Amino acid sequence: MIRFEQVTKRYPSGYEGLREVSFHIEPGEMVFLTGPSGAGKSTLLKLTGLLERCSRGQVIVDNRNLAQMPPSEIPYHRRKVGMIFQDHRLLHDRPVFDNVALPLIVAGIGWDETGKRVRAALDQVGLLKRERAMPITLSGGEQQRVGIARAVVTRPPVLLADEPTGNLDPRLSAEIMALFERFNQVGVTLLIASHDVSLIRRMGKRILVLDQGALTHDLPPGALSR
Amino acid sequence: MSRFEHLIPPPVLLAHHLQTALASLGRLSRNPIGSLMTVAVIGIALALPAGLHLILSNLQSLGDNWDGSSNLSLFLKKEAPESGGRRLMERIGGMGEVGKVKFVTAEEALAEFRRFSGFADVLDLLQDNPLPAVILVQPKEQSSDPATVEKLVELLKKESLVDHIQLDLQWVKRFAAITQIAQRGVLVLAGLLSMAVLLVIGNSIRLEIQSRHEEIEITKLIGASNAFIRRPFLYSGFWFGLLGGFFALLLVLLSAFLLDEPTSELALLYSSDFSVTALDSTSVLGFLIGSPVLGLLGAAIAVGRHLKRIEPS
Repeated sequence: MIRFEQVTKRYPSGYEGLREVSFHIEPGEMVFLTGPSGAGKSTLLKLTGLLERCSRGQVIVDNRNLAQMPPSEIPYHRRKVGMIFQDHRLLHDRPVFDNVALPLIVAGIGWDETGKRVRAALDQVGLLKRERAMPITLSGGEQQRVGIARAVVTRPPVLLADEPTGNLDPRLSAEIMALFERFNQVGVTLLIASHDVSLIRRMGKRILVLDQGALTHDLPPGALSR
Repeated sequence: MSRFEHLIPPPVLLAHHLQTALASLGRLSRNPIGSLMTVAVIGIALALPAGLHLILSNLQSLGDNWDGSSNLSLFLKKEAPESGGRRLMERIGGMGEVGKVKFVTAEEALAEFRRFSGFADVLDLLQDNPLPAVILVQPKEQSSDPATVEKLVELLKKESLVDHIQLDLQWVKRFAAITQIAQRGVLVLAGLLSMAVLLVIGNSIRLEIQSRHEEIEITKLIGASNAFIRRPFLYSGFWFGLLGGFFALLLVLLSAFLLDEPTSELALLYSSDFSVTALDSTSVLGFLIGSPVLGLLGAAIAVGRHLKRIEPS
């Protein structure tokens, strides 16, 4: 589903975000991406979501080579890849419902269908009763769940999460992870960047470890939990 | 991959257009003073050339009224007897090229001058009438071309009673030429001010893009096409243009209304029934279509320049 082949990302400043990174994530896998700050976790996710393009090598998502994708195709690629951010990236001028509905409106889904799907997504993250609330009135954990509902409302085959539990306490973090596992059970491929090692260890999933832009370890499921 | 894979069903697209258009209008109304100022600037910029055009076309219609009557004034010699003048008038009236002919005796000319000039007191001081009798000759419409009129003048000059002939055609022609130059000027002015409108709208849209920077970024992140992101800003430009056009129309109609009464009074003094004609329906339609098109264009330019720079990171 996600394949990196000898991927190098060099920024105009000369800084190398990623160096010769190769790995392959099968459809339906749930993979954690870890490493110290500045190791290249965010860069890797940005290349996968086509927020940036790699300098060398190939990034292939859902059998499409992103290097060859023309700019006009980028929006459609992003609709296949749900993205979740540490800072939620919600629009604060509109209620929860409108935030979650945005990807469907963008994709041209009809009004009735949009309403159904938004409520289904909000139900999955346990926020059905808050659909008219403004994001600013929600707690950090709730805002993150709105962000997750927005990412899954189009039922994308791939979910990317960048430090989704970065600002949350352990109990809320566990809730979010349980949510991700549920998506994974219905076949969604997940790639989650996190530096919360104890949380990752508890999940017992495959782990990619980055250090200074290079992939140092590719640990199979359960490697650390034993 | 098929080009049509991403096509949005027309009813959904239409609903989205309507929603976006209304939302854009709503955003304008949420910043009423700023929006009103922009609309006023656009309105004034458009009203200026339109108003000048209105004045000019009115002046031209005035010129047209005279054009058909390139009148000749035959001033008779002072010593010419009135009976001789009348006989001459009848003779001229019988000529093939002449449409209408009128004899104004010296006394009538004096009375008319007294009435309209305001020099009645001065005229009273004079011992005798300084004005000659006049025969007004209006050529037939089909013989009012310059060459025929010129020939007629040559012919009438030979009459012994005629002192000299004044041809009104000349200055009608000059007048037409001047209004044509002015028309060009208005066209240039309209071009320049349309550019100004483009810039004003472009600037407003640029500010709107800046203030919605984050929203654009997030919308791009979740896979919005460029068309989707452009849409609300294009509608903003459209509304600015449309409202500016309405405002300009209002200004022009108001000016025409204010000018109408004094103009009619002035026209009455010249014993003419001329009055200001307001904009015709084509001009009004042009306003209400051209102005939103200008708005769309200004928005498109601004959006094209500034939207590309906003990329999610």
